[in-house]
Amino acid sequence: MAFALLGPAPAVADEPTPTEPAPSEPPRVELVLDVSGSMRARDIDGRSRISVAQQAFNEVVDALPEVTQLGIRVLGATYQGEDKKVGCRDTQQIVPVGPVDRGQAKAAVATLRPTGFTPVGLALREAAKDLGTGATTRRIVLITDGEDTCAPPDPCQVARELAAQGTRLVVDTLGLAPDEKVRRQLLCIAGATGGTYTAAQSTEELTGRIKQLVERAGETYTRTPTVVGGATACDGAPMLASGVYTDRETFSEHRWYRVAVRPGQELRASVSVALDRPVNRDYGVLLRAVAPDGRELVRGADAGSGRADVVSAGLRWSDDDDSEDDDDGDNSDDSSDGDASAAAQQPRMVCIVVSNSFAPRPGTGVTPGMPIELTVDVVAASPTPRGPDLGRGWMLLALLTVAGLLTGLLTGLLTRWWVATWREK
Amino acid sequence: MSMRTTLLRSVVALVAAGGPALLPAAALAAPSGAPTPSPGAETVTRAGTSFLTSTTIAAGQPVQVRASAGDYLYWSFSAEAGQVHDVAATVTFPRDRSGASTWTLEVFDGLRRRQACTDGAQTPTVDKAAGSVSLGCTLREVRPWAEPWSGDPLPGTYFVRLSVVDVPEPDLGAPVDVELLVATDGEGGTPADDGELSTPLVPNTRPGAVLSDVQAAAPVDDEDDERGLGDLVTLPALGSRWIWTTAGGILAAVAGVVGFALTRRPRRG
Repeated sequence: MAFALLGPAPAVADEPTPTEPAPSEPPRVELVLDVSGSMRARDIDGRSRISVAQQAFNEVVDALPEVTQLGIRVLGATYQGEDKKVGCRDTQQIVPVGPVDRGQAKAAVATLRPTGFTPVGLALREAAKDLGTGATTRRIVLITDGEDTCAPPDPCQVARELAAQGTRLVVDTLGLAPDEKVRRQLLCIAGATGGTYTAAQSTEELTGRIKQLVERAGETYTRTPTVVGGATACDGAPMLASGVYTDRETFSEHRWYRVAVRPGQELRASVSVALDRPVNRDYGVLLRAVAPDGRELVRGADAGSGRADVVSAGLRWSDDDDSEDDDDGDNSDDSSDGDASAAAQQPRMVCIVVSNSFAPRPGTGVTPGMPIELTVDVVAASPTPRGPDLGRGWMLLALLTVAGLLTGLLTGLLTRWWVATWREK
Repeated sequence: MSMRTTLLRSVVALVAAGGPALLPAAALAAPSGAPTPSPGAETVTRAGTSFLTSTTIAAGQPVQVRASAGDYLYWSFSAEAGQVHDVAATVTFPRDRSGASTWTLEVFDGLRRRQACTDGAQTPTVDKAAGSVSLGCTLREVRPWAEPWSGDPLPGTYFVRLSVVDVPEPDLGAPVDVELLVATDGEGGTPADDGELSTPLVPNTRPGAVLSDVQAAAPVDDEDDERGLGDLVTLPALGSRWIWTTAGGILAAVAGVVGFALTRRPRRG
């Protein structure tokens, strides 16, 4: 048993470690803290929400990994008046995104006093600007206790638009008040960007969660797919090499891509379509590999119902016909064989189509489309085994032994009979 | 069937006293009970939130992580042909809940294809009062090879996703403690003469690149041709058909001699 458990360890070592490119930039995270008037409420362990948040920030800054670049932005921190127009522009970056000066960051957080409005949408937009653009994933941690008091823009729509821009952005949300509207809004923001929602009800929960999110940002930020735009037909569809891609696809849309597959190679593709908005209960995804002439080669599909983050499907395909052609080629004369092998080296185009059967609920936005994640890999094909015409198993051994025994007995008896007859003569 | 196998096994073992050393131990592996962490394995305290960011774990390595109700938690482990995996998870609720909830443990292969569970509570529902819920999924045996068009489980990466599929909205975001363990039955290493996957189903997680038509048609380096020689030199693996059949031939010859000798004995006596 112990051996069985230890068994897979070498397999992990053997596994070709995904060669993540040397990180060209450090992980970037911005904490966005609501400092609106409602943060004065004393309902977490008998302390005010803002003091709990301040303590959590201090601990997070202390435990911050060296490489992580952390910024802090506040909203509703300065304007004390009643003018909504002015109050809804009240958001500042108090610690710029970069290598963190711990003392300075803590000092900046310590001076915060609950004051004004809650312009969540604007703060998210500004935070995305603070984090800049690039090839790796950026993460925003939004900590708030009240719903946005400044819509429009609707923060959830803002989050969806930000996620659809070129740079990958994930918004994790933390709610400090058990309020239904806040929860809905934060769930919507988290869902639209592939982030998480947490209802924190104690200092320990808040601190633990922020630390976990910052740590997660550092570990996973380089695993970011390339943005690609699929076509509406196979002709002119983008030609994909092996790797991970992301695209957007709206309801009932088909997205086409192309992959070059050589004889003796196998195409592997998988797709995940994210449910980043409310859709009807049942949904599905279909991934097809199609020849340029429209003939379907293989399909992968999956369907589901209820809560889910993504629905995924995958497929494998290899050109088995060509291996038979090669065998035929060996029998023919040399010149035609040479031509055949030259032609065989020509890659074959395979079109990949991604479609979904999601249905929007009344009022669900259609643009931008739902995020899709496509992985493409072209590897050496695994030909059908031509095993030796041999057997295996205990039954085989028993059969052969019994057959041998019977043959021996028969031979022996025959010999005795023959010897006996010979003697008589 | 097991009765028959046992009988046969003992008969054969008696007949071929010298033979069994050659034969694979896999057939003798005893069925195991509930999965237990392997001794000395380090506890994993992380979880990914998507296929791409899943946390890699090894079989027998326990996972303990604090999460929020509603999170989608991803782990991945690697599997070899001949193995059967057993995933077990427990979700504990430290806080009171407002209603019943349904949890699910789903397993996907390296191509994100859903894998069937042959056993285990994959989508249990817990009522409001329960303090925890246990989930489980026993997977099919990993095959060494399958046709590209089939959905059989193949060697490579497997993803585990733990999530709540049905929950009253007020309970979302509440803390939960998750424990997970992947156990392996069977030793893996099935002989290669029944086919072999050239590359395990390990997803390529590098960011992709869009090519021009000229690049796509360019000739490739023939790296793969290098392996040809190595394959020729390899001896048949233990448990391969070659070994079994040869052993069978030897047994048959011995039995033939024994049978022949039996017919001689009365004459001598």
